[in-house]
Amino acid sequence: MNHEWPLFEVFVRARRGLNHVHVGSLRAADHEMAVHHARDLYTRRNEGVSIWVVRSDDVVASSPEDKAAFFEPSGDKSYRHPTYYTIPGSVPHI
Amino acid sequence: MSDFEDTIARDQRIEPGDAMPDGYRSTMIRQIAQHAHSEIIGMQPEGEWITRAPSLRRKAILLAKVQDEAGHGLYLYSAAETLGADRGDLTRRLIEGRQKYSSIFNYPTLTFADVGVIGWLVDGAAICNQVPLCRSSYGPYGRAMIRICKEESFHQRQGFELLMTMMGGTPGQRAMVQDAVNRWWWPSLMMFGPPDDQSPNSARSMAWKIKRHSNDELRQRYVDMSVPQAEALGVTLPDDELRWNADRGHYDFGTPDWAELTRVISGDGPCNAARIERRRRADEDGAWVREAAAAHARKREKVVA
Repeated sequence: MNHEWPLFEVFVRARRGLNHVHVGSLRAADHEMAVHHARDLYTRRNEGVSIWVVRSDDVVASSPEDKAAFFEPSGDKSYRHPTYYTIPGSVPHI
Repeated sequence: MSDFEDTIARDQRIEPGDAMPDGYRSTMIRQIAQHAHSEIIGMQPEGEWITRAPSLRRKAILLAKVQDEAGHGLYLYSAAETLGADRGDLTRRLIEGRQKYSSIFNYPTLTFADVGVIGWLVDGAAICNQVPLCRSSYGPYGRAMIRICKEESFHQRQGFELLMTMMGGTPGQRAMVQDAVNRWWWPSLMMFGPPDDQSPNSARSMAWKIKRHSNDELRQRYVDMSVPQAEALGVTLPDDELRWNADRGHYDFGTPDWAELTRVISGDGPCNAARIERRRRADEDGAWVREAAAAHARKREKVVA
């Protein structure tokens, strides 16, 4: 019998003002236990002020094989970047 | 050139889900699993001293350290799972002797000085091995190693401080430290693996940038680091051939007993059977707790639904 607990992905906010960042995964019976385990596993030295846990099988990811086609549309739009525009150096504050 | 080869050539990281050669995946799983098992089995030699630590301060430190080892094991199992490995399956492979762990944890901890020497020498060797692994080509492994290395630094320093305290004590305590150094020095040198010309998988691991330095290179680096530390501590490293070589700019040192390493790796070390037996018992004794927690979670899910 496979009584492995489900896998959870863990995200930690290091301090107020920062995003939650993915730090790894762990096994737990449910979400509540996952939060407790995440505290013991990923914040033993004040690494965080807030934790999110998400069931790994609920995560939907873009496919690495389609990476080129998927991200290509943004590649040829250099006009989206400020450096695309030439402004005389004499113009201040721009 | 495949995406994989291109990524490696540009010194970028391979990430979960990327296409990779089967050999890379299986090598990575094996290496990460062995590393995880080493951390988990590594809780035992020092764990034996938690109840016998000489002060509350030392007990709290040792508890924190052993808890870190458990944490390191779990970071690594987490990294192995990104490659499609299953944590429960890896544990079964360890218990059934189908996957190995570091030979160093098959030696006994006879006195409290061993706790200090493990921190200084064994964790020192681990740091030497692991710092380059922070740049290993597999992303989740490298990131786990960064986290581990930060924590290992506490391990090494607490060990050295423990030994300094003992060296400032009675002649009996100083003798205890020297005895522990005598027993752990050579096994520590073996932690870097067999000599380069007898390490069959090394070349491929270097080509894939899983490893960044050869076994002998890291061993030399470790010896060079340890000699001045031993002098500062006032202990003698048990090697008659150990001396500074000005031409090489390194310390020369004797040859470890490679037959002993082979023996211990293949299961015939002083504590192999006891270590695995304890891990098996912990897994079996914990089974009902894991099942009960899972049943409780299922029941609550139903109530909510």
